[in-house]
Amino acid sequence: MTTTVSPLTNPATRESITMPEPHVAALAVQKSYRKGEHAVPVLHGVDISVRRGEFLSIIGQSGSGKSTLMHLIGLLDTPDVGEVQLEGQRIDDLPARTRDELRNRVFGFVFQFYHLLPELSLMENVLTPLMIRHSIWGYWQRRREFQERAKEMIDRVGLGHRLTHKPSELSGGEMQRAAIARALVARPEILLADEPTGNLDAKTGREIIDLISRLNEKERLTIIMVTHDKSIAAEAHRTVKLCEGRIESLTDAA
Amino acid sequence: MYKLILCQRYLRTRYIALASIISVTLGVATMIVVNSVMAGFGTEMRSRIQGILSDIIIDTRSMNGELDPEARKTEIRQLVGKYITGVTATVEVHAILSYQYAGDYIPHPITLVGIDPESKSEVGPLIDYLQSYQSHTENGVTIPAERPRNERLGWELTPAAMSERLRIMEERARMAKLLQKQQEQRREVTTAQADTDDPAKAFMDEDAPLEHPEKSDRQPGEPLEGRLFVGVGMATYTQQEPGTQELKTYEMIKPGVDVKISTIKAGTPDPVHFSATVVDTFKTGMSEYDSMLVYCNLEYLQQIRKMIHVNEDGQEVGGFTSLQIKLKDYKDAPKVLEILRSSFSADRYIVKTWEQRQGPLLAAVDVESSILNILLFLIITVAGFGILAIFFMIVVEKTRDIGILKALGASSSGVMSIFLTYGLLLGMVGAGAGVGFGLLFVYYINQIESFVTFVTGREVFPEKIYYFKDIPTHVDALTVLWVSCGAIMIAVLASVLPARRAAQLRPVQALRYE
Repeated sequence: MTTTVSPLTNPATRESITMPEPHVAALAVQKSYRKGEHAVPVLHGVDISVRRGEFLSIIGQSGSGKSTLMHLIGLLDTPDVGEVQLEGQRIDDLPARTRDELRNRVFGFVFQFYHLLPELSLMENVLTPLMIRHSIWGYWQRRREFQERAKEMIDRVGLGHRLTHKPSELSGGEMQRAAIARALVARPEILLADEPTGNLDAKTGREIIDLISRLNEKERLTIIMVTHDKSIAAEAHRTVKLCEGRIESLTDAA
Repeated sequence: MYKLILCQRYLRTRYIALASIISVTLGVATMIVVNSVMAGFGTEMRSRIQGILSDIIIDTRSMNGELDPEARKTEIRQLVGKYITGVTATVEVHAILSYQYAGDYIPHPITLVGIDPESKSEVGPLIDYLQSYQSHTENGVTIPAERPRNERLGWELTPAAMSERLRIMEERARMAKLLQKQQEQRREVTTAQADTDDPAKAFMDEDAPLEHPEKSDRQPGEPLEGRLFVGVGMATYTQQEPGTQELKTYEMIKPGVDVKISTIKAGTPDPVHFSATVVDTFKTGMSEYDSMLVYCNLEYLQQIRKMIHVNEDGQEVGGFTSLQIKLKDYKDAPKVLEILRSSFSADRYIVKTWEQRQGPLLAAVDVESSILNILLFLIITVAGFGILAIFFMIVVEKTRDIGILKALGASSSGVMSIFLTYGLLLGMVGAGAGVGFGLLFVYYINQIESFVTFVTGREVFPEKIYYFKDIPTHVDALTVLWVSCGAIMIAVLASVLPARRAAQLRPVQALRYE
């Protein structure tokens, strides 16, 4: 495992060179999907690891398997072969309940299509991970605290004036910022961003990337971001290129 | 928490689901209305049957009856006196009543019941049935009752009936005189013609027995010794006028007229005929009784049927065929039944409650209502399939949201419970609305009936046919509870399959729909 810093990395980033163990890692993961009768292989044994506080971007063309890799890491899917490890512990074979718990507490997701719940207001959308985490009674008792926390998070992404709006009343950039607030309100250790700028214009996309980079710097949040835009990928400490289900550019890979 | 919020939002935003619940609502409302009206009819019917039969009936095995009702009554009072409020003896026998209408005698099969009005009214609401004690409304004008309610029950004619009787008699006499005159004239003209073909002669012959042969010293127009209460179903005839579609009631037997009764004697079943004066009509509301029952004064019936015997003490005692007992509290019936059965031997008496006596009828009504309930519940089940289909649709539509929730850490059972709770809420809303509509409908059923009558111009619920002024309803809280619980159950069951499907979606699968 290398500690080489990408030349494109923000020079302000602090590097923890001696970190012995990766925060999260995928080891030789393989995955194929069934399409009709044929199994379509998507990942042919990918190794990837991220250190705590690192900002990794995965680039690749459509169909290169980058989203699948991210779903595997985020426990949204299970690999056919290989392991996913969190702090050296295998997590992909845990019981469903535990994986649900990990998704809720450890990982934060940001999707290309924002994926906010259309029936809920911005505030409620942001509160969803907390509602899922706590029982009805537990949530009800601490709702003030949670609402405060959500409000603070929404303020941080700059949407403080839109608390009661429904997702359909927000612009794309606002929705993505709301999605980031939702991912962060649960205080995750790892943020998984799947093409967070894919649906946004260049300027808005830039704002989102700045937001993500700031989070990485200030919160020491481990971030894995999937994108196909090289200029956006360049914001990360390290870039991995996936091609045809394999890591192509090994220069930056772990 | 997210489950509740999402359910609440889905409930508010998915109108299609509300549409599916309308069928549940309608089913529940229909069940409540139908059950209430049936229970209303049932309760009314039971109370009317009970009113006529009283609570406990002791029938004699032999149609000839047993002797000395007074002694039996005393015996009953000694045995179960603390449970009962009244006891009366009756004589029941089949008979034919013939009344004269438009010159013809019309026979009518009846059950002739000899009663003592005073003790009979102790075991049932006889006074509520007799028409001379009731005020009634005709064309919007309330006509007061002919007798005050505190007037003693008896076999006397009301003044109105008396004057009617006198009028009829006068007319008869006048007619007879007229006919006689005509006959004489005719005889003068055609002396050769035979008398046998003369219809007038036949008429006169028929008229003759009305004058009781035994007592010639009676006042003119004084009622005969035999006195009757006749059911309105027999005394009146209601039909729809072909032209106006209006219901019109014809009085066939009016109080004050004389009718002929043919029945049999006790012992050897020899026919016996007598004439009797109709004193009053009664209306129980049970068409079976109103068209079949005729009450007669007990002593006269005993005398006619040769049921009066002399006992060892040299006293004259009558016979009876049944004893009717009214209880203070009907709950005591089994106890009283047991005591009575032990002393009224089963080879001579049949001791039964009114329910046991009317068993088949009551059972038929129960079966009818349970079959109806099953059919109506099938309707709600059909509504359940509607919910199933619409829920599947909603699950497909919400696939992405399910994926998001799972990505955020929601468990499969959590996702499943969203849809189960949604089904439960829909069921509760549907059943609640159904109960509301149903109860409102039941509450305003008579207004609704008159509105429908007003709109269609045709009476939906004619009083003359159903005997009820208003549609009787009886809301049973337990039935309402069961119906709504059943409907909610069906809604929840219908949401199980879609909910399971939603729970089984893997997040990636769900999120890939884009």
